Amino acid sequence: MTVGIGHYLTLSAILFTLGIFGIFLNRRNVIVILMSIELLLLAANLNFVAFSATLHDLVGQVFALFVLTVAAAEAAIGLAILVVFFRNRGTIAVEDVNMMKG
Amino acid sequence: MLHGLAAVFFYLFALVAIGSAFMVISARNPVHSVLFLILTFFNAAGLFLLAGAEFLALILLIVYVGAVMVLFLFVVMMLDVDFAELKTGALQYAPIGALVGLILVAELIVVTGGYIFEPKLLASAAQPIPDLLVRSNTAALGDIIYTDYIYYFQVAGMVLLVAMIGAIVLTLRHKAGVKRQSIPEQVARTPANAIEIKKVETGKGI
Repeated sequence: MTVGIGHYLTLSAILFTLGIFGIFLNRRNVIVILMSIELLLLAANLNFVAFSATLHDLVGQVFALFVLTVAAAEAAIGLAILVVFFRNRGTIAVEDVNMMKG
Repeated sequence: MLHGLAAVFFYLFALVAIGSAFMVISARNPVHSVLFLILTFFNAAGLFLLAGAEFLALILLIVYVGAVMVLFLFVVMMLDVDFAELKTGALQYAPIGALVGLILVAELIVVTGGYIFEPKLLASAAQPIPDLLVRSNTAALGDIIYTDYIYYFQVAGMVLLVAMIGAIVLTLRHKAGVKRQSIPEQVARTPANAIEIKKVETGKGI
């Protein structure tokens, strides 16, 4: 059995698709949407690491580190907005987010 | 890239990761979703290890599972949300979501399955990975992050700083009626406005 970059790319494609599907499936629940975004970023990171290992280039891992940083910042800000929204409205349903009538 | 036992472990980690990722999006209880997401991250860390990215694998476990996922867990448990009510009508968008997902995964697999590397690309790495026996992955990453990529590293720090300040500003609230320490007021106190001298007559109280 040999595992190459194709296996890694296929796996991350499946994870990415599951993340996209999660956004469709849980349209009302912001927490699960945030978790789906984490899945998308994880799939992207898996691609970076797989290419880094295949091409013997460390830059891929450096960039994956920065993606992790941005993902952590995004999660912190997203959860803060969620907490403030819940304080104001008493619910986290996405469909209720129409205060600005956009 | 991986042979023998490593390949077996790749399939193990990959299958568990896909299964738990599916449970993340389909679990009824968001607490279960977070726990399955943690399982997904653990398996992804295993896959990172197999690919030789040891530092990233441990960062994923320590920073991601240890901090971000626990933050998720806190928020999910802190908010008193009726999750059953949120689930109603969940399957309304499932068909279109499944359609989009199938198209996307087919496209991605066709694109990534049909790759051909340019031979020159393999020989011209910008930062070649040193032999793991000579220089560990963490040391090699440190060698280039703090030299060639120092500006990007600083920008990453700024992103985290902005996120931290943003999260604090968003969630901090001042309740009326809570007594707080006011350092300027304390510093500005003088004996003149802090002490009152009373002349006490003999034999009488104040």
